[in-house]
Amino acid sequence: MSKQGVVPDDFSQPFWDAANEERLVIQNCLECNRLQHPPAETCRDCGAGDSFEWKPMSGRGTIYNYGVVHDCPVRLLQEDQPFNLAVIMLDDDPGIQMFSHLPGVPVDDVPVGAAVEVIFEPTANGQLVPEWRVIDD
Amino acid sequence: MTTPTAPDAMYRNDEGLGIWEHRGKVAAYGVGHGPTSRRWDGRPETCVGAITIQALRKAIADAGVAPEQIDGLVVVPVTTTGAFWEEGKPLPMDVIESFNQTDDPLDGVAKLSAEWLLANMPELTNVQFTMYGPGCMSNALNVAAQAVGDGLTHTCLVVKSWHNFEGRYYQSGANVEDALPGTAAITRLWGGPASYGTALQFAEYCRKYGKTHEMMAPFMENSRRNGLMFPEGYWAQHRPEELGREDYLAARWIAKPANLFDNDIPIMMSGAYLFSTAERAGDMKQKPVYILNHASSNARPRSLTPTLDEVEAETARTARKIYEGAGITADDLSFENMYDGFSLFHQFHLEGLGYRGIKFGEALDFYQTDISIEGPNPVSPSGGNVGSGRSRVWMHTDCIQQLQGRAGPRQVTGVEPEVAVSGGPMPLGGNFTVWSASPD
Ligand SMILES: [Zn+2]
Repeated sequence: MSKQGVVPDDFSQPFWDAANEERLVIQNCLECNRLQHPPAETCRDCGAGDSFEWKPMSGRGTIYNYGVVHDCPVRLLQEDQPFNLAVIMLDDDPGIQMFSHLPGVPVDDVPVGAAVEVIFEPTANGQLVPEWRVIDD
Repeated sequence: MTTPTAPDAMYRNDEGLGIWEHRGKVAAYGVGHGPTSRRWDGRPETCVGAITIQALRKAIADAGVAPEQIDGLVVVPVTTTGAFWEEGKPLPMDVIESFNQTDDPLDGVAKLSAEWLLANMPELTNVQFTMYGPGCMSNALNVAAQAVGDGLTHTCLVVKSWHNFEGRYYQSGANVEDALPGTAAITRLWGGPASYGTALQFAEYCRKYGKTHEMMAPFMENSRRNGLMFPEGYWAQHRPEELGREDYLAARWIAKPANLFDNDIPIMMSGAYLFSTAERAGDMKQKPVYILNHASSNARPRSLTPTLDEVEAETARTARKIYEGAGITADDLSFENMYDGFSLFHQFHLEGLGYRGIKFGEALDFYQTDISIEGPNPVSPSGGNVGSGRSRVWMHTDCIQQLQGRAGPRQVTGVEPEVAVSGGPMPLGGNFTVWSASPD
């Protein structure tokens, strides 16, 4: 599936630079040592506003949940309908979720609870984006 | 006069606040609705401002007060969640010039200010207090109830309207661009429709409790049936079609397990109420419906989308706030009128309330029993958005009309209408009102 391209802004630049190096980083508050995703200007837990790092993740996770998108508002994705849209829980912190189209998994045949690992796929303008692949035993 | 947005302090967000200080001292009297339509046809007399004026005038007449007695106006300024006037599209000057204007040419067409309404309702000569309750009617009701209780206004109109234009929700703007700005892209590249988050929660719910999407059918059927008895509603006015089990289950998926009918249909509508103090009951044409409490939820998920655990924790917390401030328990509810757009989260509200003693995971089984207005356990007697289109208003109108005994063919007959609760929208993030036929 071809996702829309990405034009990194100042705030998101480290996330996207890491993705282009095939590394997954998540915003971490240095005040309360808590991961936060989606990233924000302030910590939603302690309120700190200026002490973040982009923390490297293990790249391992679990399929927490999914739906099947049949009527997508994003034009570029409409030709791929229907498609899986899953939520991944990170092993580093199961409270942190990421979306995935689960490349390679048949539509509506998603193994909830299965282990996944991060991979990186090019978007429409070449920017790499984190995606997730089921780990074969 | 510039209208302020209601301060956070007007909402009752916390547990442990005790009985609401104005419990039973504020009442709803009048109800008014403008006509519904699927989309705006471009005429001045059908624009969102025009139908709002109609709704307000009906609410005033319904309550039987003189317009000059009204001293307050609480408005929801936003009139859509997904139908926006496209940038660069020519302004409808003939429409705009049909009304007294404010600085914003789209006022009355794609949004509503209190100033626009006052400029176009010359009979409202004595409005001293205006305030915005942004979001839903549910916000505005809480703000108006608190304002009347606090003495900021004595006789107050509260109004929420919706416009809808040609085209589909969300199929423009960033969604048709070739690239997204980096911060938005972190969460938006995957293309989940609006109902996707609710679909996820419903999917988790079904897995955890062994339920199925099919089990929603009786709720959907019941909601549309109630909606068709709501003469103010879209389906009753324009498409008087039942929603049978087969029709519901055959509908195309939007974000499976959410199908077309699980997504409420966008419409144009306006709903208005007249609130005043309980003391004024003797001056009014309609019976008072006393407000026992209002409560709010402002929880947010830890990450991208609420988990079922987060949903259940928050609906339970909301229910405790609702009951605590009203001084009631679940046993006191004659019926429930919680929000249903999307339909797949109605059961979360219901279970949080513990309506008729149901616990987490039991609502879909409850839907298989008699939930009709004739039975002992009415569910969504308004029919909600499923029954009358996207407004987030029907549940409130229905509570008022049921407790006044004038819900017409929709009137509950299996229970005595004494105490009810309505509100929403989301399990995480909503506002709720407790209504009563008696002040104590
Ligand atoms: Zn922090």
